[in-house]
Amino acid sequence: MALPGPTAAERFFNGILPENPVYRQLLGMCPTLAVTGAVKPAMTMAAATAFVLISANGIISLIRGLLRPHLRILVFTLTIAAFVTIADRALQAYMYQMSKELGPYVPLIIVNCLIISRCEICASKQNLGVALADAVGMSLGFGLALASIATVREILGSGTWFGLPVMPSGWPNWGIMVLPPGAFLTLGLLLAVAEWIGLRRQEKGTET
Amino acid sequence: MDTAITLIQIALGAALINNFVLHYFVGICPFLGVSRRVDTAFGMGCAVTFVISIAALLSWVFTYFILRPAAPVPTWVWRVCGGDPRTTVDLSVLSYVMYIFVIASSVQFVELYVRKFFPYLYKSFGVFLPLITTNCAILFACLEIMKRLQDPDRLWGLHEALTLAVGGGLGFTIAIVLMAGIREELDMCDVPKPLVGAGIGLITAGILAMAFMGFTGVDKGIENAINLLLR
Repeated sequence: MALPGPTAAERFFNGILPENPVYRQLLGMCPTLAVTGAVKPAMTMAAATAFVLISANGIISLIRGLLRPHLRILVFTLTIAAFVTIADRALQAYMYQMSKELGPYVPLIIVNCLIISRCEICASKQNLGVALADAVGMSLGFGLALASIATVREILGSGTWFGLPVMPSGWPNWGIMVLPPGAFLTLGLLLAVAEWIGLRRQEKGTET
Repeated sequence: MDTAITLIQIALGAALINNFVLHYFVGICPFLGVSRRVDTAFGMGCAVTFVISIAALLSWVFTYFILRPAAPVPTWVWRVCGGDPRTTVDLSVLSYVMYIFVIASSVQFVELYVRKFFPYLYKSFGVFLPLITTNCAILFACLEIMKRLQDPDRLWGLHEALTLAVGGGLGFTIAIVLMAGIREELDMCDVPKPLVGAGIGLITAGILAMAFMGFTGVDKGIENAINLLLR
């Protein structure tokens, strides 16, 4: 059953930078754009996604022998939906304000392509350890990406970071950054920066 | 008359003011992935509008009768089985699993139907149809409908739910077709190398979103205009 593939450690580090879900694979764009107006909701979202991704990957990896090819996507989504319900109820119980703020984006984790693609690519083919390492790495990569976008948007848009003021007083808040257009612009420019760094590295690699 | 105004407001709100893609960021994957050419983008928009309407219809029926707090069917079952009549029966914990099931099966059903009766259309959609299952726009419409069925004093009727779904689908179609039109032009432009592909797409979407912010308040204006005309 186990395919000769990357080991657990390789999978883990792959998720953080080389195959970063947001910057490299363009997966899970909906929460990436929607909840990154400030760092705090972005980190809550990253934690909720991490919980669902790790649990779903674990369960799918455990039952991978029972999956039938034509029903597998349905099994993935139903498993994910069950864990999202748990995460949503927990958020409502312990962080009510935050769950109000995140609104429909917590249940929308169900259709986050990142989770389904990890179940399909990794968890349904690998053993538990590799699947869990992969899920943790991907969650960290996703959290880092969300944090970077939210940092830019919150500092420029409201002059704060994690609710703490960081900009000198008299900083004119760029209102557009916390509104929907700011999300698209920030992500577009950050993607360009990531791409530019990648291109620079490639050029250096060919020179030496 | 009030009903008509409410319906117009819901439709405008979903299609233009709070556009699903440009305001709520749902359905971004096809918005960036299938917006290379205007005709495929239009096909995708139609498919999504169709599936969103069916999913909204089914999810309204399930939510109204089964899943909402104090829904008739589980309350009746609870009474018949001898439960305490003062308890409020609330099955909303099941709603996410139910919606996903509804969406996945309606996509499957639509796929079968289109393949049987419109083979030509099936060929042109082919690849996109199964992908619609993971389109957030559809689950988002179901969730919006669920939100409006929680407060027992102001429940949404089926007509309101369907208006929201069709309006949202149209809004998605407008956004993706506009995007595809701009992208066809962009292919001939000299874009800086790091921005090629998703980067310039997202920045275009940002400018589009700014333009759509101009619709804020249109619903109030239309309501005032109708009231003036009727007076």
